[in-house]
Amino acid sequence: MAFKEPVEKYNNSITEVSISDLKVGGQSVLTGIYSFDGPVPNPPKIAMEVLDVKPEEWPQTLVDAVGDVYDDPVKWALKCQNEFKADMICLSLVSTDPNGMNRSAEEAAKTAKAVLDAINIPLIVYGSLNSEKDGEVMKAVGEACHGKVILLGPADDENYRTVGGASLGYQHKVAAASPIDVNLAKQLNILLGNLGVPLESIVIDPTTGGLGYGIEYTFSVMQRIRLAALAQGDDKLKSPFINMIGKEAWKAREAKISESEEPSFGNLATRGILWEAITAINLLIAGSDIMVLRHPESVKLVRSFMNEFFK
Amino acid sequence: MGLTGIQIYKLLPQTNCKECGEPTCLAFAMKLAAGKADISLCPYVSEDAKAKLSEATAPPIREFTIGTGTNAVKVGGETVMFRHEKTFFNPTPVAVMIKDTESDDVVASKLERIKSICFERVGKKLCVDMVALKNESGDKAKFMTLLEKASAIDKPMIIMTDNLETLKESAEKYKDKRPILYAATSANADEVAKIASATGLPVVAKGNGLDEVSSVTAKLASAGIKDIAIDSSAKNIKDAVKDNVFARRASIKQKIKEVGYPTFVVVNEITQDPMLEAVIAAGLISQYAGIVVISDPDPAKILPITVSRMNVFTDPQRPMVVEQGIYPINNPDENSPVIITVNFALTYFIVSAEIEASRVPCWLMIMDTEGLSVLTAWSAGKFVADAMAAYVKKTDITQKVKHRKIIIPGYVAQLSGEFQEELGEGWEVQIGPREAADLPKFLKMWKL
Ligand code: SF4
Repeated sequence: MAFKEPVEKYNNSITEVSISDLKVGGQSVLTGIYSFDGPVPNPPKIAMEVLDVKPEEWPQTLVDAVGDVYDDPVKWALKCQNEFKADMICLSLVSTDPNGMNRSAEEAAKTAKAVLDAINIPLIVYGSLNSEKDGEVMKAVGEACHGKVILLGPADDENYRTVGGASLGYQHKVAAASPIDVNLAKQLNILLGNLGVPLESIVIDPTTGGLGYGIEYTFSVMQRIRLAALAQGDDKLKSPFINMIGKEAWKAREAKISESEEPSFGNLATRGILWEAITAINLLIAGSDIMVLRHPESVKLVRSFMNEFFK
Repeated sequence: MGLTGIQIYKLLPQTNCKECGEPTCLAFAMKLAAGKADISLCPYVSEDAKAKLSEATAPPIREFTIGTGTNAVKVGGETVMFRHEKTFFNPTPVAVMIKDTESDDVVASKLERIKSICFERVGKKLCVDMVALKNESGDKAKFMTLLEKASAIDKPMIIMTDNLETLKESAEKYKDKRPILYAATSANADEVAKIASATGLPVVAKGNGLDEVSSVTAKLASAGIKDIAIDSSAKNIKDAVKDNVFARRASIKQKIKEVGYPTFVVVNEITQDPMLEAVIAAGLISQYAGIVVISDPDPAKILPITVSRMNVFTDPQRPMVVEQGIYPINNPDENSPVIITVNFALTYFIVSAEIEASRVPCWLMIMDTEGLSVLTAWSAGKFVADAMAAYVKKTDITQKVKHRKIIIPGYVAQLSGEFQEELGEGWEVQIGPREAADLPKFLKMWKL
């Protein structure tokens, strides 16, 4: 008896979102790598994360890989674009954190604009994850970057009016972040919709748990959102996903602790890179459309894995 | 597909003799259908009916054991496409391949590492689970020597040889250790079936793609072989993912018996890049692989692969918990801060990692809240002032520190007053940050 391939293609598709000249979403299959189930018009993208200040407390593995550009976001972004072949840049404005350096929204906007002008790939700008300040910062960033389309975020249930407003006012796209929950993700998309932000402007940040630190929750929530979108046709959940992978993966003790402190764990560089790459592969399987990574080697690994599906 | 109570009732003796503990055969049938009773409780049921029942209740993917004793692994037995539907049951064993063309030194060092790599996480062991032994040389004597050495580490073995005579001899010699035989193909399925049924050993059915695999498993099944794994010989990542996804869909959703077996993937035949090998192995484990074979027993790779596996195979209905107790972090002493939180494993991992990163010595008190997170445990009345005070008093924390200060998670700031009262005279309850990420800063500023 011949084996009949049980292909699964849905009647619904993920909303296509254009960020500058790059598109994400649009597929009618469960994840961006299921090209054997049906066409994937826009294969998943790899963004590389650039911080707006010299990173403190970064594991040496990462510092070494990024090299001497990590105190200059423009050079750093260019290196990610030219040398590491990132599809996008994700600028994290960590210096705006009111509990940290507390840089002003205007200063942050200047950095964002400088990076945007220097690169020729699309830009994502993320705040410091302080809801109130992020609203203020995104307004300034949105204005400064007006004229080109970038992805702003994260908007959450507290600041969605200001971040959504910045997206509406300056024609940017917005990442809507909710804490690992199907209903909250949907709710936020509805709130943004009420504000006038169309679904074509929204990607979902489902909140990412790193490998060993809650990835299974993110994995299952993403799969449930995808099934709701594709199998049940829930319009409000058809958004593409963005996952802040590098940030979470490199927090893990296992990605940072030296071999001399934990001899049984083996080589630190291998371990750290794989920690990030394996976090990414799991979320790719769960449906990620934009994976934000930090280490050029894990970028290469994820790319090699993914490319096979689009030969 | 499960049978209904009525269908099962028809297979029972229908005498209502009550020996099963139920008033009627029908009541017993209903319990069986709900999975709340075992057929063995009825002494009068016919063998034929038993066989029909067990076939009907068998999982769509065959479950069986490889190896013996404490190191034995169970494979297959999966029932769902997505872990949120129920759970994934049998964590994919990771096997490391050794070829009989590798030098004695390499073999010895690989075996040593396969034997010793083992991590503990939330009370579970994460190890290299199996050893795959390949007769690359084609030479029987060489292969038998390798098997001899490998059998000493007592990990379940995969016996990989193209030579039927070698396969037969090694199967007979090691059958008590219950290795799995690799492989039955279109060309040799009948002969391999004979070896498998004579020794009672499980076998891998190998073909080019699932189509050929199906014809091999059909042959094996008609020869009475039940314990089968399937290898579709994927040579690239896309085919490997596709075949695993298709085999799972076909067996679970369409009940196609020919592919209702755990899959078997030799990852080192998909890539030669050792880093990519680890990434593919982890990816395939999350994409339904039944057994994965890799080439490199490197702890820096095994750790992320097995942690990834553990995460995906965690039962979503049952939160992982850590044991209640006082955990010293960064070598604390009598002047170190004391932090109390819940025993939800994720909370523990995140909080302990942040404390460790802060390099501030601390005592972390983990209280049993049945695996609930801080806020859920608080609203369920498990992480509340009186219960927390009772727990603190039960421990010997006052012998570990001189001070009487205790830090609670910022999310339960509201219970600080009551907690302090319950603890009694001399205690000071301090409110920590809401997010673990802010702990290092908090701890660095903490003063006695
Ligand atoms: S023991 Fe068997 S025959 Fe007797 S009542 Fe129970 S099911 Fe019926």
